[in-house]
Formats: sequence, C-alpha cells, structure tokens
Amino acid sequence: MHLLYPLIVSAGLFSIGLYGLLARRNLVLVLMSVELMLAAVSLNLVAFDVWLADVMRSGQVLTLMVIAIAAAEVGLGLAIVLQLFRQRATSAIDDLDTLTEPR
Amino acid sequence: MDPHGAAATGARSKRRGWLSVGATLSAGSDRIVHAADAPSYLEVTGNEIVFILIGVITLGAALLCVTSGNVVRAALWLVVALGGLAGLYLVLTAELVAIVQLLIYVGAVVVLLLFGLMVTRAPIGLQLDLNTPNRPIAIITALAAFGLLVAALVDAFRFAYLDLGGSGQGSAESIGAALFGSWVLPFEVLSILLLAALIGAIAITRRDVGARGRR
Repeated sequence: MHLLYPLIVSAGLFSIGLYGLLARRNLVLVLMSVELMLAAVSLNLVAFDVWLADVMRSGQVLTLMVIAIAAAEVGLGLAIVLQLFRQRATSAIDDLDTLTEPR
Repeated sequence: MDPHGAAATGARSKRRGWLSVGATLSAGSDRIVHAADAPSYLEVTGNEIVFILIGVITLGAALLCVTSGNVVRAALWLVVALGGLAGLYLVLTAELVAIVQLLIYVGAVVVLLLFGLMVTRAPIGLQLDLNTPNRPIAIITALAAFGLLVAALVDAFRFAYLDLGGSGQGSAESIGAALFGSWVLPFEVLSILLLAALIGAIAITRRDVGARGRR
C-alpha cells in the first residue's frame, strides 16, 4: 500500500477536527473535535511505524499511550466542563469571556 | 561559473536535501523510497481498495460529527468515525491497536462524552446555534491546513510504499514484548498519569473539597 493513503486520510481527519475546534460552540463538541485530531495523529504514528518496520515498535506503542492519554484528557476535560456548568449554568464557549479584554 | 547555473545547482541541492530525509530514514533496509522501485498508483491492490473505502467512511462520519446540528447524533457519528479508524488500523496490520481503539474510544470515551452531554443538559433535539459566528474563518483555516498538509506529504512521500506482507508487526505478542521490554518505564509513568487524572477529576467535580468558604 502506498504510504500516501493513510497520510492523506490522517490529514483530512486533522483538518476536520481543526474545523470543529474552531467552529463549535458547545464545550463537549469541542472536546470531540480534539479527539478527532488526536485520532489523526495516531493514524500517522501507526502508518509510519509499519513503514519504518521499527524494532522497538515505537509508533504502535506511542499510539497506545496516546489513546490512554486521550482517555485521561477527556475525563479531566469533562470534569472541568461539569464544574463550569455548575458555576455558570452554561457550556457555550462564547459566554465564557470573563478573561477577554473589554471592548 | 555563471550565476544562473549556480542558482540552479543550489535549488537542486536544496531539493535533494528535502528528499534526503526519506533517504536517511530508509538507510539499511529495503523500504521503497525511489521512483523506479515504487509501484504505480494505477495498480490498486485489494488492501488499498479496502483502505480507501473505510477511509471515506471515516472521513464522512467525522465531517458529519463536526457539522451535525444535534449533539447526540454528533457523538454517535464520532463512534462511526473512531470505529472506522479501528478498521484502518486493521488494514495496516496493527491488530492490537485496533482492538484497544475499539475498547477505549468506542467503549469508554464516547460513553463519557455522552454523559458529559447529559450532565450539562444539552438539548437532545435539533439545535441551530451550535456553531460560533467565526465559522467561515474555521472553514478557511481547515481547508488551508488540509491543502498545506497534502502538498507537503505528496512532495515528501510520493514514492514511499508500505509492505503489508504479514510480518506480525502489530500482533499482541510483538507489541507486548516491546511495551514491557524497552517501553516499560514510560508505561509505568503513564499509569501514574492516569491515576493523577482520576484523582484530579474527582477533586474537581466534588462539591465538598476546596473553596469551602465561598458557599
């Protein structure tokens, strides 16, 4: 298989995640877009690992670690979203603008 | 030497330097990086057909996930996208990673996200204000990133070819040996990180710890 196929699928997933990250209003949907971007990175790691035929299996082992870190990230992210929702009664990122400069 | 010739030689050697990244990576093995050795893109193998089909499904589901007007449907499209990604791993012979992907992402992360949607009382029905006003900027940024990435990747890895000849590269045995051999220290550090994330998540969401005086 040509290496370009997984790389281009990965680039597409990353760009879709980037779009979702910038365009979505709900915090949980933003977290989903981050998951898509992480998935794109994992696909890249696996493709390059198979291409390089690494003895230490660096790419696939790092993919497993990325998956574990993504699980931890979602857990912490949702805890923060939940706490924000308790304090502000919203999960829309447009409304969380206390740190912006006054216009 | 005339200046034009020197400039052309400089440009050519710069170009060779850009390509030599692949050449350095491939030193000492039989990976295909040169034009003469790589099969043509017109000779599509069965692996490639399966990969393209699952890849199109994955990308379509991801696109529906970020554009859907319904938060629960977005989460379910994310399940399809991540499941398709597990299929892509299988085609790339990474069996263990594919199964872990299904177990952790589809089994745990998406369920967690659905719980997050429920506890923040996201409306279940169609919702029209899910996108921020800077959506056109987001579209332009994403398209620019995609174009840039594809241009760079095509330039650098046009002739790279994966040999999926069943080397047992991604089997549980081989990954397990690597994980508990050379990668054992990062693995243990990762378990400490998971424990810290667990305790952190509990500490953030409990109502009776921290900032007691405020309530």
